[in-house]
Amino acid sequence: MKLTRRQFIKITGASAAGVMALGLGIDLKPIRSHAQTLKIRYAKETTSICCYCAVGCGVIVHTGKAGAGKVINIEGDPDHPINEGALCAKGAALSQLVNNENRVTTPLYRAPYSTRWQKVSWDWALWQIALRVKKSRDASFTARNAKGQVVNRTNGIAHVGSAALDNEECWLIQAMMRALGLVYIEHQARI
Amino acid sequence: MTNHWIDIRNSDCILIMGSNAAENHPISFKWVTEAMKRGAKLISVDPRFTRSSSKADIYASLRSGTDIAFLGGMIKYILQNNKYFKEYVANYTNACFIVADSYDFHDGLFSGYDPATHKYDKSKWAFVKNEKGIPKKDPTLQHPRCVFQLLKKHYSRYDLETVSSITGTPKEDLLKVYEAYSATGQKGKAGTIMYAMGWTQHTVGVQNIRTMAIIQLLLGNIGVAGGGVNALRGESNVQGSTDHCILFHILPGYLKTPKASQSTLAPYNKKYTPKTNDPLSANWWGNYPKYSVSLLKSFWGDRATPANDFGYSWLPKLDDGKTYTWLDLFDAMYRGEFTGFFAWGQNPAASGANSNKTRKALTRLDWMVNVNIFPNETGWFWKGPGMNPKEIKTEVFFLPCAVSVEKEGSITNSGRWMQWRYKAAEPPGDARADGDIMIDLFKKIRWFYKKDIKQGKKAVFPEPILNLKWGYTTRGRYDPHKVAKEINGYFQKDVTVKGKHFKKGDLVPSFAYLQADGSTSSGNWLYCNSYTNKGNMAARRKREKSGIGLNLEWAWCWPVNRRILYNRASVDMYGNPWDKEHPVIKWDPTAKGGKGGWVGDVPDGGWPPMLKPDGTLNPKTKYPFIMKPEGHGRIFGPGRADGPFPEHYEPLECPVEKNLLSSQLVNPVIPKYSTDMDIYRTCDPRYPIVATTYRVSEHWQTGVMTRWQPWLLEAQPQLFVEMSQELAQMKGIKNGEKVIVESARGQLKAVALVTRRFRPFKVQGNVIHQVGLPWHYGWVYPKDGGDSANLLTPSTGDPNTRIPETKAFMVNIRKI
Repeated sequence: MKLTRRQFIKITGASAAGVMALGLGIDLKPIRSHAQTLKIRYAKETTSICCYCAVGCGVIVHTGKAGAGKVINIEGDPDHPINEGALCAKGAALSQLVNNENRVTTPLYRAPYSTRWQKVSWDWALWQIALRVKKSRDASFTARNAKGQVVNRTNGIAHVGSAALDNEECWLIQAMMRALGLVYIEHQARI
Repeated sequence: MTNHWIDIRNSDCILIMGSNAAENHPISFKWVTEAMKRGAKLISVDPRFTRSSSKADIYASLRSGTDIAFLGGMIKYILQNNKYFKEYVANYTNACFIVADSYDFHDGLFSGYDPATHKYDKSKWAFVKNEKGIPKKDPTLQHPRCVFQLLKKHYSRYDLETVSSITGTPKEDLLKVYEAYSATGQKGKAGTIMYAMGWTQHTVGVQNIRTMAIIQLLLGNIGVAGGGVNALRGESNVQGSTDHCILFHILPGYLKTPKASQSTLAPYNKKYTPKTNDPLSANWWGNYPKYSVSLLKSFWGDRATPANDFGYSWLPKLDDGKTYTWLDLFDAMYRGEFTGFFAWGQNPAASGANSNKTRKALTRLDWMVNVNIFPNETGWFWKGPGMNPKEIKTEVFFLPCAVSVEKEGSITNSGRWMQWRYKAAEPPGDARADGDIMIDLFKKIRWFYKKDIKQGKKAVFPEPILNLKWGYTTRGRYDPHKVAKEINGYFQKDVTVKGKHFKKGDLVPSFAYLQADGSTSSGNWLYCNSYTNKGNMAARRKREKSGIGLNLEWAWCWPVNRRILYNRASVDMYGNPWDKEHPVIKWDPTAKGGKGGWVGDVPDGGWPPMLKPDGTLNPKTKYPFIMKPEGHGRIFGPGRADGPFPEHYEPLECPVEKNLLSSQLVNPVIPKYSTDMDIYRTCDPRYPIVATTYRVSEHWQTGVMTRWQPWLLEAQPQLFVEMSQELAQMKGIKNGEKVIVESARGQLKAVALVTRRFRPFKVQGNVIHQVGLPWHYGWVYPKDGGDSANLLTPSTGDPNTRIPETKAFMVNIRKI
């Protein structure tokens, strides 16, 4: 029996209300658990932590057998002491964040006054950005402020983000921006 | 959070106010439910009857922006009815401190206010000190100038009648909440607060939290299991990103960003190293130079030497007295001060207050770099509503990054647990991990400076760029383990500290071993102990089998794996837990071969209890609030920009002409901005309805990471504006109809959601309506899903933090 997801929601919603017979008339449970076993039987398990709110729920990511394959399932980690296997709607939809056709998979560039993006290579994009960082920094670098005090800062570049980065990346990015002399360094925690 | 998620189950009374845990931190509610099974009471205070409210024993509504009035009334109730925990208050808080005569409060203003600069002279709010320089105390709490008596006087004005008339909360509901919550002032009982942006996003945000902190100190709820002041943080690693300080005013580990007046390291360290003359005060920040020098060693490695002040001059300096916050940043961008901008893992075109100003500001850049997973309103701003790409000069680089399961590293949850994540899959196509992008970009920038030098050109201040330690790769790829170790810190030479020998290159076991002479490095002293010679502590996975849920061997928690902060206040003066059923720590006199020691959680320092068994003071003890130079919990808080006691002021945009508590309508030190796009309207008949923003379970923040998922979008497909049946009837609006919501700054189309969850408020004798909007939507996707609610919100904020006031502003609604 094939069901669209919406039909499925309707039917399971009805079953929760105790009128299951009006829906499918059969118990879906054995079929569902069998299907799930098949899906992850040969998969590799990797533990992770959900990327949405800061409750820090544990998740298990199932990938193809070799571990280098596609993500095929993500579910709550039953061994995790905080969520004990449970996830909210967002956590339960994590695999759709990973496997999503709308993800951008190549660097893009929009030229001044242009109406469109163009695909570019990483090398080109990063060299071009580096060049602009240097130009903006050198042009706006201020060794002394109006009072004559030493400030050694870059006034012409600002940075925001991110609470979505890992700790190690957070540390790296603030070190990089501070080494470049930026003082306008902010992120989600301020808003 | 001072405590952590699982610890909520130990509470006897849970107050959810300024947050909506059931919908926005759904799994946290599991632990609320566990507490309720044990008999705990749940209180929900919210302008809207949320799903958290639906599970609560007591629900009270209040008008957005009136939390201090509500809680000030609770302080009055606690004091008037002797509900406070006397032993705790007298010994562990500054209630007994005598305040100088220069402190005063009159008609909404504290002493020291300068109307010309709109600033306070905080030196007026000092404590009286004895001949040894130690604050004078009156343990009986009777001295008319002691904090306790001043507190009583301050909140004597917050009577039920006045509070109810300000907040719109019925008096009987106020009483129900006050009575239930203040019952946790009994010895052995614990109450906890779960708050979030509903408290921070106000022009009195910091003082909202201060008011609750005062209540928690009065009731003896800090340091204990099931207690604390608990911020429910919104992003998976916003705790970690704050700890590592991607913020203008702080360096990793909450060290201060240097100011222009601090020309060298010595005056900088001196300024931020507090002193105490009290031998019983641990004054932990007295260790400041050890942490700042160790940080400089992590930044610059061997290039940082005593001779060059450890590279202090290579750090950029802020102008004294100037702020560089989010609101300031976009104000400066709008005024054309920047040529370049990075929006890395963030969507400011939808997330910040007054988004129209932000979007316009982006057109004034020469270039922008946007790193993200999906198309978003920031990187795509030049295509947005009202924009003509042919007139916009800004060059935009979009760099696609990996999602969390496609890279390795750690994140820190709201309970300060640092948890390791492993890589499960490769990112799709050419997308890259953020760490790899950073490593590569900085190498390329550095190459240009090296080229300048090679060619004999004068490079502009190249030292910090050339000297920044950047060897965090393995086989050419970003290696998170190398950075995690750098954050923990290394010994830089063979040394002996506290009788232990360490070799150069050893990982530092904890911040107690860090030094100010350059012999140690640590990228963040608070995380020192997270990655040691014993291994990666964040990757531990051993669950607690019995106990109060501390889970000391699951992952790692800052500082030094301490799960409940200020836990030395969870015991009496002899070291016995107030709550014997849920002991956090306990003094065991037989431990350590009869020397005595603490058992349980990692204590806030290993010093013995305050009193010896014979009742005399133990000279080796320390007060429990070790981060304050006085060692006591601050009921009187002289460090804030807007006063030592919280005072109710109306939001900058409010529906009333009068503040019933004083003639100061709004916070007198409120920040305002002055471009043509900073418009504020109060008591304006064009905008008569109070509005607030909130979130739904199915979306997250600006929606960039949820709007693209079919399941989530199907569940919550578009922007709505929620309103009461009474308001809908008055405006002739039916549920499901499209309406326009407008503020002085912008307008939105939204679907009307008419519910009984909002009810009109009776405020100062008038009926006041409030509406609410989720802020997850944006024009990029889905089509016709609506735009960001931040198009409506004002660019003003808290005077201490400048967090924008996006939870209380004025709008109007009309049918299309």
